[in-house]
Amino acid sequence: MIRVVLPAHLKTLARVKGEVELEVDGAPTPRTIIDALERRYPVLLGTIRDPRTQERRKFVRFYACEEDLSLESLDVALPEAVVRGSEPFFVIGAMAGG
Amino acid sequence: MSGVRVLVGTRKGAFILSSDGQRRNWDVKGPFFGGWEIYHLKGSPVDPNRIFASQSTGWFGQLIQRSDDGGLTWEPVGNQFVYDGVPGTHQWYDGTPHPWEFERVWHLEPSLRDPDTLLAGVEDAALFRSTDAGATWTELSGLREHGTGPSWQPGAGGMCLHTIIVSPKDAQRIFVAISSAGAFRSDDGGDTWRPINHGLHSEGLPDEDAEVGHCVHRIALHPSNPDVLYMQKHWDVMRSDNAGDSWVEVSGNLPSDFGFAIDVHAHEPETVYVVPITSDSEHFPPEGKLRVYRSRSGGNEWEPLTKGLPQENCYVDVLRDAMAVDSLEECGVYFGTTGGQVYASSNAGDSWAPIVRDLPAVLSVEVQTLA
Repeated sequence: MIRVVLPAHLKTLARVKGEVELEVDGAPTPRTIIDALERRYPVLLGTIRDPRTQERRKFVRFYACEEDLSLESLDVALPEAVVRGSEPFFVIGAMAGG
Repeated sequence: MSGVRVLVGTRKGAFILSSDGQRRNWDVKGPFFGGWEIYHLKGSPVDPNRIFASQSTGWFGQLIQRSDDGGLTWEPVGNQFVYDGVPGTHQWYDGTPHPWEFERVWHLEPSLRDPDTLLAGVEDAALFRSTDAGATWTELSGLREHGTGPSWQPGAGGMCLHTIIVSPKDAQRIFVAISSAGAFRSDDGGDTWRPINHGLHSEGLPDEDAEVGHCVHRIALHPSNPDVLYMQKHWDVMRSDNAGDSWVEVSGNLPSDFGFAIDVHAHEPETVYVVPITSDSEHFPPEGKLRVYRSRSGGNEWEPLTKGLPQENCYVDVLRDAMAVDSLEECGVYFGTTGGQVYASSNAGDSWAPIVRDLPAVLSVEVQTLA
């Protein structure tokens, strides 16, 4: 079970409160987590990554275990604590705009 | 009993303002989609309870929302706006080629005849159509690919397709306007297009009378005579009597012919409204006085409408999609400001009163006249 923390706007769209718990297909990576998120919450299609290129939207960041994974490959293996479910995977709206 | 519903898009959400036909007491609902930019909402003329909204942010992109109960509840529909083929390039601000990139939906135009059909004008400029109530979108790529596309360039707000008008007398005839490419017309339902900018004159272009490149801010028409078009260009208020084949300037005695919004009285095809703005570098009313100007002669002679509007220290803007009229017996006129006020006149502009004063900056105003 992977725990995911969404930013407020995406929680509103997905109509969830608090963390989301997901089963992912295959090894947990940013890509398989986003795949699982979009399957469960189709409204999130296009809000985190470009649906055609699969590239992360430029003002969206991925954090886990106090590390910024945004510039890593979408297929990077996630820390063991995220895989075990003891730490969440964070989808973040970048701090911008003042 | 008759009534009106005013659909307001703002920088931080949507609001729905409702009143009976007297238009004195208003019910304000919202914000819907709080924190998101709502560039535009518009209801279906066929089914007024069906309303579409363009919801976006720079962070999470574009969504389209649809309500089938007059705005009480909303469901997201399709948000995949994919350009047809390889979209190529247009000009960037500095004149260099820049790839076409989807940014947002500026304007939604529900069909006059079919509640499931609507058009969307987007940035970077293109026109999309949905025939399944917003679930899927297909580009009408004949516009972007008609030949002048590579020379289009963005205006200050981006390269946006902001105006869509389907002729009420001929569903095959569509007008669109793009900042800053100009106006275009299709006579075959959107398959093929041609620029309709003859007579426009824009300082700042290498060829001031060029076929494209004009920063058209807004076009309006009256349904009874869709060959007569009124245009608020970057500078100049223009009129065409031949469906855009040629234009003449009708700025007349306006204190400034710069502005964004323009609209036509619901029952008087020659009565036109604009809101003069000081200049392209000073986006606020001349002399700090918020004045709507009305022409009852199709342009050239304009009268200021000031009763109920601030006549000192007012430095708001009225954006291109932020003016609308209702079609009650005595025509109502509405506009929103970047200061968050939405003003209404229930007597064709003779006097005004704010419906609300403190919304986020208003991006768009549409009105539904309800039976």
